[in-house]
Amino acid sequence: MPETLQTLPPLTLPPISRLTLALYCGASGDHNPIHVDLDFARSAGLQDVFAHGMLSMAYLGRLVTNWRPQSQLQTLKARFLAVVAVGDVLTFHGEVIERLQESGRPLLRVTLSAVRQNGDTVLTGEAIVRDELAG
Amino acid sequence: MFDRSVIGHRFPAYPVAIEAGRIRQFAHAIGEAAAVHTDESAARAAGYASVLAPPTFLTVCDLESPTPLPVIQFLAIDLRRLLHGEQSFTYFGPVCAGDVITVEREIVDVFSRKQGALDFAVCETRYANQHAQLVAKASTTLIVRN
Repeated sequence: MPETLQTLPPLTLPPISRLTLALYCGASGDHNPIHVDLDFARSAGLQDVFAHGMLSMAYLGRLVTNWRPQSQLQTLKARFLAVVAVGDVLTFHGEVIERLQESGRPLLRVTLSAVRQNGDTVLTGEAIVRDELAG
Repeated sequence: MFDRSVIGHRFPAYPVAIEAGRIRQFAHAIGEAAAVHTDESAARAAGYASVLAPPTFLTVCDLESPTPLPVIQFLAIDLRRLLHGEQSFTYFGPVCAGDVITVEREIVDVFSRKQGALDFAVCETRYANQHAQLVAKASTTLIVRN
C-alpha cells in the first residue's frame, strides 16, 4: 500500500432518491429508462431502478473540486464496481499517494473511492491534480 | 460478442452550444452549489469567460448527439443489459457557457470476458471548442451482460 501523503475531506451525500435520479436524467440528457422507469427496470429482471454511474462520477468530481480549484484538475477517472441503489448513502474519499513532475510542473496523484452505508466499495478512481497554490 | 471490424469506427462530429441554464441545471442535479457554476459574475471574478461547466458536464455533450445514443445504436446494445464500466476525462482547458464544443467519437476496442458472458466496448471522445482548442478527451468503457 502506498503511503498516504494527505487525506481529502470526505464527501457524504444524502440517500440517493428517485427525485435525484429524475433530475440527473433531465439535466444530463441520459434518458436511459433503466434509471428512472421502474416498469422498464423490472422488464430487465431488476427489482428497482439504479443510479447513473455518471452521477457517482459527478460526486467524485465534487470531492476533488471541493479540495482544489477545478482549473488544477488534469485527469479524473472512475471505475464503476457495483450498481448504486435508491436509498444508498454514498461517501466519497480521496488520498494523495504520490507527488509527480510533468515538464517541471508538480502534480499530485490522488486515489479515489466511493463507499456505501454497508461498507461496499461501489467505485474506485484516480485524479491527477496540478499542485499549485491558488489559481 | 462485438465484431472486431467496428474498431476504428468514427461517428460523425457534431457541435454542442453550451448554455448557462443547462450548466446551472446540471450543477443543481449533482448538488454542486459553488457559485462559479451558477453565477456569471462569480465565474468572471474567478477568471472564467462565463459560468463554468463542472468536470463531468462533458457527459451532456456526449448525449447531445443528433442521433440519440449513437454508440449504443451502432452496436445494437439492449439498454436492459448495459452497464457503464469505466470513464475517464483528461482536461486541457475550461468549458464555459457560450462555448461551442465539437464532439468527435471513435470506437477504439471491443473484447469479451468470462467466456463471453460480458462484452466490452471502449470509445474515445475528443472535445474541441470554437477556437479549435482541444479542451478535453474522454475514454468510456461500456459493458454488456449476456
